[in-house]
Amino acid sequence: MSTSVSLSLRDVHLAFGRHQVLRGVDLDVTRGGTACVIGPSGSGKSTLLRTINRLLEPDRGDVLLDGRSVLRDDPDALRQRIGMVFQQFNLFPHMSVLRNITLPLRRIRKLGEDEAVTRARTELDRVGLAAKADARPAQLSGGQQQRVAIARALAMQPQVMLFDEATSALDPELVKGVLALMAELSAQGMTMVVVTHEMGFARQVADTVAFMDAGRVLEAGEPQAVFESPQHPRLRRFLSQVL
Amino acid sequence: MDPLRTLWETFFDWESMREALPEMITVGLPNTLILAVTAALLGSAMGIVLAVAGISRTRWLRWPARVYTDVFRGLPAAATILLIGVGLAPLGMQVWGPNPYPLGILALSLIASAYLGEIFRSGIQSVEATQLEAARALGFSWREAMRRVIIPQGIRRILPAWVNQLIALIKDSSLVYFLGLLASQRELFRIGQDYAANTGNQSALLLAGLFYLVLTVPLTHVVNWIDRRLRQGRPATAPTNDDPDDLDLALPGAAGGNQR
Repeated sequence: MSTSVSLSLRDVHLAFGRHQVLRGVDLDVTRGGTACVIGPSGSGKSTLLRTINRLLEPDRGDVLLDGRSVLRDDPDALRQRIGMVFQQFNLFPHMSVLRNITLPLRRIRKLGEDEAVTRARTELDRVGLAAKADARPAQLSGGQQQRVAIARALAMQPQVMLFDEATSALDPELVKGVLALMAELSAQGMTMVVVTHEMGFARQVADTVAFMDAGRVLEAGEPQAVFESPQHPRLRRFLSQVL
Repeated sequence: MDPLRTLWETFFDWESMREALPEMITVGLPNTLILAVTAALLGSAMGIVLAVAGISRTRWLRWPARVYTDVFRGLPAAATILLIGVGLAPLGMQVWGPNPYPLGILALSLIASAYLGEIFRSGIQSVEATQLEAARALGFSWREAMRRVIIPQGIRRILPAWVNQLIALIKDSSLVYFLGLLASQRELFRIGQDYAANTGNQSALLLAGLFYLVLTVPLTHVVNWIDRRLRQGRPATAPTNDDPDDLDLALPGAAGGNQR
């Protein structure tokens, strides 16, 4: 794994037309740390995640990796340093599992075929799916597809990993495997931002939990503090509904 | 005379057919194939460019693509062929001499590209936006994401419509006869027509029609086969939902799916 970096968001604003989705978000993730972002639907969690790798450009504010603003970098180069995992997996359905992983390695990292295949197999092995290399995504369960998606992101040796409700589309019995993988990654020192509804995961794995509502982080802190003694009434109400 | 007999002799005069057959095979068939295949290749390539321009965020690409499509899809094929073939003849004269054949191919390609561009565009637009997002998130440029991820998926979805357009193209290739081709450049229809005009018997024309059917009917079945294949997927690809691997990885100490 390449070296992790610290990540900071400073006063990030973003509007879709007249709809203010992010209204000044701050978030800090230490090098190798894991931040979980929780909050009700429509609070701007997924949008926030997309401003980090600039799939969406913030209207105002800054995104810093190791203290350096990324907003003037080439977005493609930036995204090559940041892995992202989606709710709907988003594997490329027209190619095999192996080629899903080797395609970006070859075309973006410019690895040779042999090297790309070796690295892809290593990552598949790591997520426990070495045997599925030649399968098509549609032949896999949701849990398996999501683990392939994680392997695809990891193969690019990112410095930060973003998870956008990575288990929300999975059948309950498949959630555990994906969460275990994410916990393992966190333990290995990957810098991660995890948007999730899995409160158990946030409590166990996160270094920081940030509660978002209506485009703002209303409360952030260590999981213990956020879950055991929530200060903001909105957070209290949210926790009473989800726990 | 018995009208049925007249009908029979007008269309099924074996002697007329046998007379036309060698030229149909040695001249007409190759020319029709050259016209149709070349125009299919050129038209498909231009169609992809049109499709990508048509969904571009840049107005200066989107607009010309729109106008081009409207014009070449809206004009009768015969009019386009005449306009290009006759209108550009002086220009063609300077490039390749007094030969209307390349202009015929060009006109056919322009027409085909207008239809194919719309087909490709609908295919590309049918690919979920999340696929583009995933490719961009990996670090692909827009161009590379389109080329490696979106277009290959879009093309697959419109294969039946694409083959349909090729069938139309084979038939439209008969219209280049307007341009006054050399004897050796005549395609199936023109040869049939020439024999029919010389003998006053339509059998050679009917023979030309049979040749078109031999070319197009297999293609229509290819369309159906592709369509079925795309809808049903390949045989033996049942998703494996029982997934022991998912259970092997136990999370140390905790979080399960029941806590949502």
